[in-house]
Amino acid sequence: MSLFKQLTDKPWERKGILGGLNPEGAFESPPERVALGFFLVIASVIFSLLGVSYVIRMSLPDWEPLADPSQLWLNTGLLFISSVLFQWARNTAKAGKQKNLITAFVGGGVFALLFIMGQMLTWDGLQEAGYFVTSNPANSFFYLLTGLHIAHLLGGLWVWSKTSIRLLSGGKPEDMSLSIELCTLYWHFLLIIWLVMFAVLSNT
Amino acid sequence: MAYVPLADQDSEMEMHHPHSWVTKYVWSQDHKVIAIQYGGLAIAVGVVALVLSLLMRMQLGFPETFDLIDPSSYYQSVTMHGMIMVVYMLTALLLGGFGNYLIPLMCGARDMVFPFLNMLSVWVYALSVIILMASFFVDGGPTGAGWTLYPPQTAMAGTPGHDMGIVLMLLSLAVFIVAFTMGGLNYVTTILQYRCRGLTMMRLPLTVWGIFIATILGLFAFPALLVSAIMMLFDMLLGTSFFMPAVIESGTPLDHNGGSPILFQHLFWFFGHPEVYIVALPAFGLVSDVLSTHARKNIFGYRMMVWAIIAIGGLSFIVWAHHMYVSGMNPYFGFFFATTTLIIAVPTALKVYNWVLTLWEGDIRLNAPMYFAIGFIFTFIHGGLTGLFLGNVVIDLPLSDTYFVVAHFHMVMGVSPVLVIFAALYHWYPKVTGRMFHEGMAKAHFWCTFLGTYAIYLPMHYLGFLGVPRRYYAMGSTDFIPESAQDLNVTITYAALFVGAAQLLFFINIFWSLRNGEKAGPNPWGSASLEWQTPDTPPVHGNWGDELPTVYRWAYDYSVPGAHEDFIPQNVPESVEPTADEQHFDPDHDTSKADV
Ligand code: HEM
Ligand SMILES: [Cu+2]
Repeated sequence: MSLFKQLTDKPWERKGILGGLNPEGAFESPPERVALGFFLVIASVIFSLLGVSYVIRMSLPDWEPLADPSQLWLNTGLLFISSVLFQWARNTAKAGKQKNLITAFVGGGVFALLFIMGQMLTWDGLQEAGYFVTSNPANSFFYLLTGLHIAHLLGGLWVWSKTSIRLLSGGKPEDMSLSIELCTLYWHFLLIIWLVMFAVLSNT
Repeated sequence: MAYVPLADQDSEMEMHHPHSWVTKYVWSQDHKVIAIQYGGLAIAVGVVALVLSLLMRMQLGFPETFDLIDPSSYYQSVTMHGMIMVVYMLTALLLGGFGNYLIPLMCGARDMVFPFLNMLSVWVYALSVIILMASFFVDGGPTGAGWTLYPPQTAMAGTPGHDMGIVLMLLSLAVFIVAFTMGGLNYVTTILQYRCRGLTMMRLPLTVWGIFIATILGLFAFPALLVSAIMMLFDMLLGTSFFMPAVIESGTPLDHNGGSPILFQHLFWFFGHPEVYIVALPAFGLVSDVLSTHARKNIFGYRMMVWAIIAIGGLSFIVWAHHMYVSGMNPYFGFFFATTTLIIAVPTALKVYNWVLTLWEGDIRLNAPMYFAIGFIFTFIHGGLTGLFLGNVVIDLPLSDTYFVVAHFHMVMGVSPVLVIFAALYHWYPKVTGRMFHEGMAKAHFWCTFLGTYAIYLPMHYLGFLGVPRRYYAMGSTDFIPESAQDLNVTITYAALFVGAAQLLFFINIFWSLRNGEKAGPNPWGSASLEWQTPDTPPVHGNWGDELPTVYRWAYDYSVPGAHEDFIPQNVPESVEPTADEQHFDPDHDTSKADV
């Protein structure tokens, strides 16, 4: 039933079993996917609120733009590859194939780890150049935003490591396909968040 | 449908089945046990907050007589009292407690979708409480910044708990939000995906609707608090200047520079206002069900009630700055926020009318839960009306930060939800424990609480008009406040002590009745909604025995003309109306046709 139709339903009139013989589910989706959907909205709210704070803080007189660390381009590449590998794993699992599944899925996580290491190197570089978290508000935001983004990735990597273990110990593609799909979705989401963040950070 | 209900996943059920005392009562994944853990802990911290408020009242009533608290510990008590009541007591009890207990039962599910996450949620909540309580024992004590935690004063040497106290508070809030998110994802997903056969969204009891929308509000509003807590932690621990402007503290300039305290206020209230409805909407839902059951009438205007809940939820995100009229904002903003605030009154008033109309010509049974539910209508109208005053900029300016505000928010989000919580605790007590409570004691509890809270908060409105400021340890010699204000303060303190003591009636009642209450039977109120139709009372692990229920009607079939009894449970098919002693098919009364 469409949302509008549901909300205009007159429950006191229609008696009997509605919605056929199946149990009611608002979405034709496994609950895990519904929950992840909600989580993505929550994470978007978190990052948007930080974005708004960033813009407001930017308008105050002591703002100085960020010194653009070129290493971020490299890191972006790493995260992009990570997402691509996840997509590959998802397609493979969806087709029910075994071949390359482990390489793609495990590789995706490894590239995410490389991205995190790259981000940390960027932090080191910034510190060496004398840009500390307190140096100016743009730097404070840089450390805060990248840190939170990494925290989200680490959460994803936790699920990824559990799925990887199951996969390496002989899990069948059919059984794993939901986990793999949800990881992929989450990775794409974090890639998009990163791209937006990167664009904002390096252009203001 | 793409998923298999928990019921049919045998192996899965086996896995969650508790085997020892520890897995049954401590690390339990059963939503009912988790609900009791959540609720019990929330009530326990609520008692701490109550004791703090009584300490404050002793000081206000008898300023020079006792020295229970000094100015610093007064600020700390105000802060901890407010924060505990709003977040750790009401939010946790209404969503973690009632949400956990009632959602799966009212949805005809065996448990939450993610039982493990659910268990994690309650223990992470316990951790947040421990962190919060730890702040009582650290150097400098808990923060005394007021529950709004406005910088820069949170961090200034003059504020008690400006070093460890505030850090623990922020940390505890962050941990609480993690716990809430784990629970919240469970509640919304369970409601959306695990309803039993025939149970459409529009057949859900309003309790579930209230909890559903409140949880969504929480999931989207708590991030604002999380973000501001993290940024404030950065300011405090690392020395950044997100919120901290350049300030001079007893002669020495601090390291901060250029931050925006107003930005914090916006973030805080972007969370803070929806928080009011996170507390109110579940209460609206619970009270609707209690009223309808004990009035033996279907809830008036069910669809409007659902839409009103949704509308209130949506609007609650665009009114936040009515808490900031005195922050020096652009007058056009003030105008905008005053308008949205008044608009939100429309769906809210609609709900009040519908509750009253539900009572109209009902076959009202004045049981104890009904007392509390009707009491709520009074206190809520009262608090709502003063809210209309405060929503207008020109009226708010002089009243802001006075006792008028204290009176308003206690009526609307202190007393009202608490009355609903008592109504609901008494109403569902027979299902949870299998016993009836002591009716007389419960009614005595009601009158003491209802009249007592009026005696506390009604006079506070007058104090507010006189200009008595909130969060003050003592008035000192303030010219514009007449001596007689102190007489009111004495009366209020007596009333507060009385109300505090009266809560013992509640605790004695629920513990005494556990053993000595009459056996309740499965459905003592003759209620139509699903949670009363479980095969066992109290419901056992898995809730429904071998087979999940099937739902044929909405949750409000009370006093249906032609039916044998004055209620028809949701899981009774069209053609079968139960009589008192048996379920049978009576052709004389079967005039309706199934329209499947
Ligand atoms: C018998 C019950 C209660 C009594 C006697 C009581 C008393 C008080 C007192 C004396 C204050 C301090 C006012 C001031 O100096 O500014 C206060 C503040 C407050 N109370 Fe209560 N209270 C009670 C219940 C509740 C409940 C159930 C809530 C839940 C919403 C609540 C929420 C608050 C909040 C948010 C504040 C403001 C804290 C602040 O200014 O930072 N109270 N209460
Ligand atoms: Cu508000």
